[in-house]
Amino acid sequence: MKLTVWTYEGPPHVGAMRVATAMKGLHYVLHAPQGDTYADLLFTMIERRNHRPPVTYTTFQARDLGADTALLFKEACRDAVERFAPQAIIVGASCTAELIQDDPAGLAETMGLSIPVIPLELPSYQRKENYGADETFLQIVRHLSRPQNRTARVTCNILGATALGFRHRDDVEEITGLLSDLGVEVNVVAPLGATPADIARLPAAHFNVLLYPETAEAAARWLEKTHGQPWTKTVPLGVGATRDFIAEVQAITGLAATADEGRLRQPWWSRSVDSTYLTGKRVFLFGDGTHVIAAARIARDEMGFEVAGLGCYNREMARPVRALAKAMGLEALITDDYLEVEAAIAALAPEMILGTQMERHIGKRLGIPCAVISAPVHVQDFPARYSPQMGFEGANVIFDTWIHPLVMGLEEHLLTMFRDDFEFHDEAGASHHGGSAPRRPAADVPRDISGQKMDAPEPAVVAVATADNIVWLGDAERELKKIPFFVRGKARRNTESYAAAKGLSQISIDTLYEAKAHYAR
Amino acid sequence: MTAQLPLPAPPVGGGCRAAPVLKERGQREVFCGLTGIIWLHRKMQDAFFLVVGSRTCAHLLQSAAGVMIFAEPRFGTAILEETDLAGLADAHKELDRVVAQLLARRPDIRQLFLVGSCPSEVIKIDLHRAAERLTIAHAPRVRVLNYSGSGIETTFTQGEDACLACMVPVLPETQARELLVVGALPDVVEDQMRALLAAMGVGPVRCLPAHRIDEETAIGPNTVFALTQPFLGDTHAALERRGARHLPAPFPFGEEGTTAWLAAIAREFGVSADTFAAVTDAPRARARKAIAQAAAALHGKTVFFFPDSQLEIPLARFLVRECGMTALEVGAPYIHDALVGPDLDLLPAGPVISEGQDVDKQLARARAARPDLTVCGLGLANPLEAEGLSTKWAIELVFTPVHFYEQAGDLAGLFSRPLRRKSLLKLEAAE
Repeated sequence: MKLTVWTYEGPPHVGAMRVATAMKGLHYVLHAPQGDTYADLLFTMIERRNHRPPVTYTTFQARDLGADTALLFKEACRDAVERFAPQAIIVGASCTAELIQDDPAGLAETMGLSIPVIPLELPSYQRKENYGADETFLQIVRHLSRPQNRTARVTCNILGATALGFRHRDDVEEITGLLSDLGVEVNVVAPLGATPADIARLPAAHFNVLLYPETAEAAARWLEKTHGQPWTKTVPLGVGATRDFIAEVQAITGLAATADEGRLRQPWWSRSVDSTYLTGKRVFLFGDGTHVIAAARIARDEMGFEVAGLGCYNREMARPVRALAKAMGLEALITDDYLEVEAAIAALAPEMILGTQMERHIGKRLGIPCAVISAPVHVQDFPARYSPQMGFEGANVIFDTWIHPLVMGLEEHLLTMFRDDFEFHDEAGASHHGGSAPRRPAADVPRDISGQKMDAPEPAVVAVATADNIVWLGDAERELKKIPFFVRGKARRNTESYAAAKGLSQISIDTLYEAKAHYAR
Repeated sequence: MTAQLPLPAPPVGGGCRAAPVLKERGQREVFCGLTGIIWLHRKMQDAFFLVVGSRTCAHLLQSAAGVMIFAEPRFGTAILEETDLAGLADAHKELDRVVAQLLARRPDIRQLFLVGSCPSEVIKIDLHRAAERLTIAHAPRVRVLNYSGSGIETTFTQGEDACLACMVPVLPETQARELLVVGALPDVVEDQMRALLAAMGVGPVRCLPAHRIDEETAIGPNTVFALTQPFLGDTHAALERRGARHLPAPFPFGEEGTTAWLAAIAREFGVSADTFAAVTDAPRARARKAIAQAAAALHGKTVFFFPDSQLEIPLARFLVRECGMTALEVGAPYIHDALVGPDLDLLPAGPVISEGQDVDKQLARARAARPDLTVCGLGLANPLEAEGLSTKWAIELVFTPVHFYEQAGDLAGLFSRPLRRKSLLKLEAAE
């Protein structure tokens, strides 16, 4: 039993729904109790889909448990095939139906349906949403793809895009254009927009482009093994990764055509002097493994940030994420416990979070700006405008998205200079954001270093020790408060580490400035 | 005197109470009872709701609440894992551990609800026994109760019913003549209701659920109770078992419903017609005015209800009688005559009254009927809009203050806004 407040991933059958809903001509018959239909709203509300997910729920109730739930399943299955006339169905159980062991796969097979029936075994009490999507897509590919000759022209399939994916719609469009530059036509995009008939044609492509390992790596590996299709290992997120991806495609295809970089603005935007304020900003990264690995490279090499910590919620990606963290001199946080992530962020006090919608809330609570880089998604992650993450336009979008939460460069300087202004102060937030700019109260209420308000009048020495038992003296604590909040966390940490390294038990104003000089860059 | 208290006029052509009910079963596009936690945990400020369930349960709560609306919610899920399914003795030990962990983290919690789910019901984890054991273990600080919000037993708002019903047996005993008002209301609405009753001299008034465990909600043979929500069937039965007496009335939606609901209480407490009029005349007039403004767009329009929150019958009565709409179908997850009978009496005969759901068949009926407004759940709203039908998503009716006089205009506004919006949007070229 695990106490959970918020979850990063849904159950595995929701992953299967993401695949089914992305496709056309496929129907999912899900053995599930009343109430599991809530999952429909993920697609109709969060993603604003204009049709119901192609899912039939058997909707069994307590009174059915003593009777024949298997019959209920067969009826639902037959009705769904009749009503929706799909080219193929996938069948499976949600967590509760798994417990009553009706064996939807076996039942569907005995029905003699005229269309392919693809059974799913998704262990609800062990695995999660991404696994569910990956496994479902693998089973669909295994059952439906047919051996065939390669196309005359060089083509590829684009694999991994699903419903409810983080910017999948636009990534596919961007990468399709990029591949076209490289002389590669797209044979099939799947699951997004594919029919079962399209899945049958997958082996006609010369190779596969795997955009989202979380949801399609198993299928890519199976297609390589079974149909000899190589697959791309680089996910084209960021400028460098997109260039690596291009090189990888060129190596696979042997084509020399290159991509049009005419619209790539990110490198100049990042080099231009206005961006110098981004230098060395400490960022914390959290999300799905793929996006975090890519974001770490972008943060360090393309934005000039310092990666202060990173991690992922999907254990399947633990190994590469750990390896990357180690290479960066960090320890990866692999957890799906939201409270652990919050604690890690609070302890690291980064200047910015690159995370999911969950971390955006953590940031709001801790007063740390946050940009969203990964699922789980939210209605705001489905913008009306074209807004890819991948390819060159994706790099532009990421640049804009990541700097938006920050206080802009010159504003940062002005806040440092005039931070006592009652209207224009650091707690008012960045001026380009809406919302309220709270007026600062007349006098600062003293706080101890954990941020708690102190009841007593300020003593000469603030008798609160840090983890290393180092005490901030009152005047040093006051001086620290003169530093704008968006760099205060860093200053505090640096000073404390410096004091600890020097074996000091107290931090004075001098210690503060010695530490500042020590860490000057 | 009491005979002069206002009574709503029954419809000329008869009501719907005797109408045949179309009973359907099949795929249901409704939430399970766990969803009630989303508003109950805000209403009861010292309570924590611990669902004993699966990742699906946790995902539902998070999705239905909108990802992370609340900083740290007073609800969570003890997610069952493979090992919990193997041995039930261990599951109880695990539950004790999780509860201890939770209560250590949240010392402010005074009542803990263990909420059963589909998986916990199917594998038969005895949460009642667990609640008794944990109450002893954490006494006197925390009272532990249990109820089921599982989808195999409860539909959406039935979760609140199950929660309130499980509190009834542990309410203290009283011999006092008191009015108990039952159903979680938004604070602003509860205050309005208390003010109206106080002005009529009705009291003392207790509420279930109360904000905090210490408040004096008690029950006994002299208690009379009024329901503010039509989905409280089990709570109704539990209260009657403890000797309390129900005051049946139409539900307090709209001017007419509110007046009838208050009049039923006034009659019981011997409030004079003059006093009743003195207290209600001004808010009644305000409510009528507000409804008239908000409902202009609704007059002469048709409405079709998919089953969702169980509010469908009282709301149909409001829309037909006070907003001038015509109901084509009124679907409810289940129909409890003792509760919604007075509303069915007032709803003019005509619409199909349906109970339960086979969603695809019902969608076919809605498409054929082409209603001007369709009231449905979140899973259906956008798909129907895409087919050209205007919709009102029903969950907003549960999450918005809609009861009593001062909200009557807002209630009409919830239904008229989709129609107004449709008439506002002009995306074609000007020429």
